Amino acid sequence: MKFLAYFRSLVSAVFHRTHAAEDLDDELRSHIQHRADDLERSGLSRAEAERRARVEFGGYQRYREETHQVLGGNFIASFVQDVRFAIRLLRKSPGFTIAAVLTLALAIGANSVVFSVLNAFILRPLNVPDAKSLFGIWRLPDNNMAESYADYLELRSRNHSFQDLVAYNVDEAGLDTGQNPSRIWIEETTGNYFDALRLQPYLGRVFHSSDERGFNSAPYVVLTHAFWQAHFQSDPAIVGRVVRINKRPFTVVGVAQPDFHGTLVFFHPDLFIPLVNAPQLDPTDLTSHGNRWIFMTLGHLKPGVTQAQAIADLNAIGADLAKNYPKDDPKTTYKLARPSLYGDYIGRPAREFLSGLMMLAALILLAACANLGSLFAARAADRSREVALRLALGSTRKRILRGLFTEAMLISFLGGAVGLACSVVLLQALSAWQPISRWPLHISVNPDAGVYAVALLLALLSGLLFGAVPIRQVLRTNPYEVVKAGSSGRAGRRITLRDVLLVVQIALCAVLVTSSMVAVFGLTRTLSHNFGFDVQNTLLVDTDPTMAGYKGDQVPLIQKRMIDVVRTIPGVQAVSMADQVPLGDGAADTNVFNDATTDLKSANVADDALMFRVSPGYFNAAGTSVLAGREFTSHDDKNAPRVAIVNRQFARKLFGAPTNALGRFFKMPDGTRTQIVGLVEDGKYSSITEDPRTAIFVPLLQSPSSGTWMLVRSARDPQQLGSAIRNKIAGLDAALPVFLQTRYKGLDVILFGPRMATISLGVLGALGAILSITGIFGMAAYSVSNRLKELGIRVALGAKRKEVLGAALGRAAKFLAIGSAAGLLLGILAGPVLAYVVDQATPHDPLILTVVVLAMALLGLVATWIPAQRALAVDPMILLRED
Amino acid sequence: MTDEAQLLPGTLDLLILKAVSLGPLHGYGVLLRIGQISGQALLIEQGALYPALFRLVRQGLLKAEWGTSENNRRAKFYELTTAGRRRLREETDGWNRLAVAMATALGAQSEEV
Repeated sequence: MKFLAYFRSLVSAVFHRTHAAEDLDDELRSHIQHRADDLERSGLSRAEAERRARVEFGGYQRYREETHQVLGGNFIASFVQDVRFAIRLLRKSPGFTIAAVLTLALAIGANSVVFSVLNAFILRPLNVPDAKSLFGIWRLPDNNMAESYADYLELRSRNHSFQDLVAYNVDEAGLDTGQNPSRIWIEETTGNYFDALRLQPYLGRVFHSSDERGFNSAPYVVLTHAFWQAHFQSDPAIVGRVVRINKRPFTVVGVAQPDFHGTLVFFHPDLFIPLVNAPQLDPTDLTSHGNRWIFMTLGHLKPGVTQAQAIADLNAIGADLAKNYPKDDPKTTYKLARPSLYGDYIGRPAREFLSGLMMLAALILLAACANLGSLFAARAADRSREVALRLALGSTRKRILRGLFTEAMLISFLGGAVGLACSVVLLQALSAWQPISRWPLHISVNPDAGVYAVALLLALLSGLLFGAVPIRQVLRTNPYEVVKAGSSGRAGRRITLRDVLLVVQIALCAVLVTSSMVAVFGLTRTLSHNFGFDVQNTLLVDTDPTMAGYKGDQVPLIQKRMIDVVRTIPGVQAVSMADQVPLGDGAADTNVFNDATTDLKSANVADDALMFRVSPGYFNAAGTSVLAGREFTSHDDKNAPRVAIVNRQFARKLFGAPTNALGRFFKMPDGTRTQIVGLVEDGKYSSITEDPRTAIFVPLLQSPSSGTWMLVRSARDPQQLGSAIRNKIAGLDAALPVFLQTRYKGLDVILFGPRMATISLGVLGALGAILSITGIFGMAAYSVSNRLKELGIRVALGAKRKEVLGAALGRAAKFLAIGSAAGLLLGILAGPVLAYVVDQATPHDPLILTVVVLAMALLGLVATWIPAQRALAVDPMILLRED
Repeated sequence: MTDEAQLLPGTLDLLILKAVSLGPLHGYGVLLRIGQISGQALLIEQGALYPALFRLVRQGLLKAEWGTSENNRRAKFYELTTAGRRRLREETDGWNRLAVAMATALGAQSEEV
């Protein structure tokens, strides 16, 4: 009842404010009239009576205000007034507003992006029910989560800690739906996978343990929602259709829920098939205990079972396994690991990296707040006369502070909104981005309510923070002094914390600018560097004949036919195959022994060399120069003596000098004597920053491999050439999946680190630059407005423009110089650290130094432009007249 | 001036309730009625009446309505609500208890201690 009355009066006060105000005025006037009537009756004239009545009434405005406050509308009304006033003020100084909003938008945007990624990867649990009790099993001797199927079955049936255990493996496969065979990523899961993880299908059904009736008994497919959308156009009739995976028929039984992408947060498979059918796709031994090919084993802990109990339980089984299968199972202990980021393997670096990033983002926000604080202080100083006038006219300090805070809040919310909007765009791009096109890696970081809440909170907090900076200034304002003396401003020569912070900011900015320049120069130099093969004009074709059902001896035959058909395409200069390419997914290595060594034990190893299996014509196709000897020919096959081509580093290591190597022999670990028939240049093999490594090349025909890369050398447009290659191979066998990428694109994996480092440094450098600009701008603006009068007197006394500028901006310039010098020095010192990530990163390049100095000078120019203009525009006549 | 007592804090609301309880009044009327019933002993600044009146209306103790006064002028008339009547009773009791207690305390003689 009371509340209702209060609420009604509040609402009517807000919405019918003018009405309420008129009503009150009417009433007060009526009171005075009645009093005047009485006074008139006692003998006064009407005019005198009314005057007396008004005097007797007391402070009309005061009581009116007080009554309004009782009405409850006062706060909101004055708040609206404050907001209007603040908007008017901000619109009057667009430069200030844009600088402030932009700074804050950047800082808050950076924070919400980093927080979103942190949220998606670390904070948010996996998208399955009861993710808290879900653990993967980590094998300590191998320090990974791999398991053999036979061991998995024993763990599943004998443990007492898990509600159920599931296992899955990740594999590449060829999918043939009747048209366009495509290369897909699948998860081979145990039959209980969906049931144990408590996942419902989106469409159709999932497969169950009851579907498993022995090996190759369950040819079923559950599609992920995304793959169903992209590949089958969301066709609900897909359920029941037969598709071919590696040429084997599988029936689609259902589609998984849209938010389920497997149990790794960053790796999104295309579909799921029962693990018991894995041998149909690749030769796999499900009965062996020692063949640990399964990627991960995981399950929900039973309620009440602690992690320590579960580990003890598993260890007991592990000891038993070691006893029962001594040949296959070493003494094994286990630990539990979160499955989403493959335990600590990716989890720990991801957590550390993201926490570091979050701290950096928070620092950026703090620096932004400090800068905005000095900007606000400058503004408050500019407005000290206005503040003093308002105080003199009876406004309370509280009211003035509230006005300033409203302004700060308005800016912080504007900045927060702009920052959030930008971060949403960026996050969407990040979610759609596939850092490495060959792998289904996804960074799904669509912001949720938590992200918005954090952004809002940060905006609010920073508004309060930088809004609080001018408080002391306002509280100290003595209206009498200010009005009398004008804003003379005691030009403080003291070095304040804010000054130190500014220099640190500038220094950091200079470090970042230097480092990003070093990284960019290094990266561009790297790309033009000789890798030992030609990056341009080469197309990589990922072919795996097993995906089309080829086995054993059929593989080399179809590979030869593929090479032959592609060679007929006009414009193709050379075609070859290799099991792995340098700077590809990872090359195999092998121990080699001197020819004279008879005891092939590990102590006698002459070298551990990388080994590539290549087909005839490889070096021509790859663009690697053969320095001496010959290439492989089609006669270097199974029946011919074993031969190898080695790089200079290998020749140097085994035979002292490269020229000595030709025609000499070395031994492989199985004892086969291998003759060196060719010598090729050194190259980069597994990382760009590596030291020269030894490498040998052996004929593909002498040690076959099914998963191979075809290298196609041609100056033609990759797009056109690609479709020609596709057509030719489809003509050979329509089921052969073809995945094409240029050699340059193939370096994505290798260049991921350096590129990310360069981009991050660049982004941070840009952020740092903008922060420094607002910081210097704030300081310069403050010192100019503080010393406007002094400058006016200087001009009046005949100071030249240069001297005025020196007086106004000398301090800012000094800070800039100190900060930049310190930053540049630190950046140069940090060069060697950067060289670990980015090859060719050296700061000892006059070009880099020039660019950095120019950049910092430009930054200073931009930051001081407006204050400088203001200082130069000082008109002593106006200034001196004002006081 | 000396015969006019200063108002204790919180007593204005009670006086207004009492004045209005004797019949609907407009603001100036409330002032006159308080003067009348207190024997002109209490001094109230005229304007101070209105924040108190609005407060009582907001609390639901008074209700107000525009009407015509005895001077034939438009005026806003105040009237007690049921809640206002109850509040007046409670506050009067409380005030009387306080007054008796104060009078007893202040009237105490040394031999009674």
